Amino acid sequence: MTMDAYRYEDGTISYPGHPRGPDGAEPVETIDLSEFTAEVVTWTTSTATPPGVREPNHLAIVEFTIEGESVRAIGQVTTGEIEVGDEVRPVYVDELREPGAGIREPASQEWDGYRFEPV
Amino acid sequence: MERVAVIGSSMTQFGQRDEWVLELLSEAGLACLDDAGVDAADVKHLYVSNMASGEFEGQTGIMNALAQDIDATPAYTQRVDQTSSSGGAGIYAAWQSVASGASEMTLLVGGEKMTHRTTGEATDVIASLTHPVEYKHGVTLPSFAGLTARHYLDRFDAPRESLGKVAVKNHKNGVDNPHAQFRKEVDLETVLESPIVADPLRLYDFCPITDGSAALLLCPESVAQEYTDEYAVITGIDGATDTHVVHEREDPTVMGGVVESGEGAYEMSGREPDDIDVAELHDMFTILEFLQMEGLGFAEQGEAWELVEEGETERDGELPINTSGGLKSKGHPLGASGVAQGVEIYEQLVGEAGPRQVEADVGLCCNVGGFGNCVITTIMEAAQ
Repeated sequence: MTMDAYRYEDGTISYPGHPRGPDGAEPVETIDLSEFTAEVVTWTTSTATPPGVREPNHLAIVEFTIEGESVRAIGQVTTGEIEVGDEVRPVYVDELREPGAGIREPASQEWDGYRFEPV
Repeated sequence: MERVAVIGSSMTQFGQRDEWVLELLSEAGLACLDDAGVDAADVKHLYVSNMASGEFEGQTGIMNALAQDIDATPAYTQRVDQTSSSGGAGIYAAWQSVASGASEMTLLVGGEKMTHRTTGEATDVIASLTHPVEYKHGVTLPSFAGLTARHYLDRFDAPRESLGKVAVKNHKNGVDNPHAQFRKEVDLETVLESPIVADPLRLYDFCPITDGSAALLLCPESVAQEYTDEYAVITGIDGATDTHVVHEREDPTVMGGVVESGEGAYEMSGREPDDIDVAELHDMFTILEFLQMEGLGFAEQGEAWELVEEGETERDGELPINTSGGLKSKGHPLGASGVAQGVEIYEQLVGEAGPRQVEADVGLCCNVGGFGNCVITTIMEAAQ
């Protein structure tokens, strides 16, 4: 499992990747964000969670800086003890929510991924 | 191109209803035709704004079913789904149908039936609009609101109470709306001490889950004048998108779809933010009222909260916002909400808003889909 972002021909990076980036730029490589640390931009603790989602669900938007280029990601956090500006690292989780408990077709997407853990 | 007029409106009781979606749509559709004095046989196009009747109820094909139920066949029908902005998108579709000359009488009915589902199930149906990288983390629309509210409050040094005052204001307005789900005032202390839903936002920062339907009737201005002297004209309308993946936006406090659709609507109408006398904004969460006020040019970035603190957005303020009670107290039956915004602005412009009436010649509504993923802004003016 990797946490793949796309780098586009104009140098920008996005997570997730898209077939086309800013101004129609095509992707030229993938970058595994799980190998980097990031900074918490903002966070919340959600207490009204849908079927199959842990409660409470700590979530954060974090920002990676890869060779001077910023890219953000959203994801679960391992703890509610977190502050804006904290440094976090991705840690692998084999099931972020229970597939099939919600409305989305289980086979339509992956359910493993990375939570952010304060460094 | 002839101007597009609105000559009728209706809105069912919003709240927890026994009726299912087809019954709600029929109730609003028939009431709207009755309000305008137009026969169903004269309806050429029928649009139904709805996000998820298939997911909520297992009922699809609702536009055709409605056409038969209100005896509007053989009118052309189309269901309009643009998530939470389906209603605004329906106004855009209905406007296009008349402006293009394809229809001389277009009925728009928005509706949703949600309350038979648990809060978790309804939240999941709505969250199904999210990207797979968001959905697998259990990201919901309320959690986007919590993330954005924390960032806004920290960055602009805005007091937490200012968000609470949006809820207090809109609940106060809803008391005078006979169709609102909640017709009860709340005080700031109640808002700030209610249970946390998505930290730092609490229960009263969020709209409820709602059943309901609303309708508008559109036609060319020359046709409108055959029916009434009291009508409104859609002078500006535009829709726009922002990134579907919310965290990819350069500035989390700017909704690009609001800015773009607002600029388009202003340009079409020749109006500016200062010209707007009354506005209905998509207050699905209190923080959204700030972001739309700023995106539409009613306030500078990071300063909308100051206008709320100063009472400028109260019913007797400089720019009354959400005189209907907003989604916050009126309720948010997804596909109906954007249409109901149009109903409120129409009623304000033709002087039918009763105890909620403000002095208004120009009104605006902004209907937000997803978390600003797609937005429709409409400017309506009283007929001159």
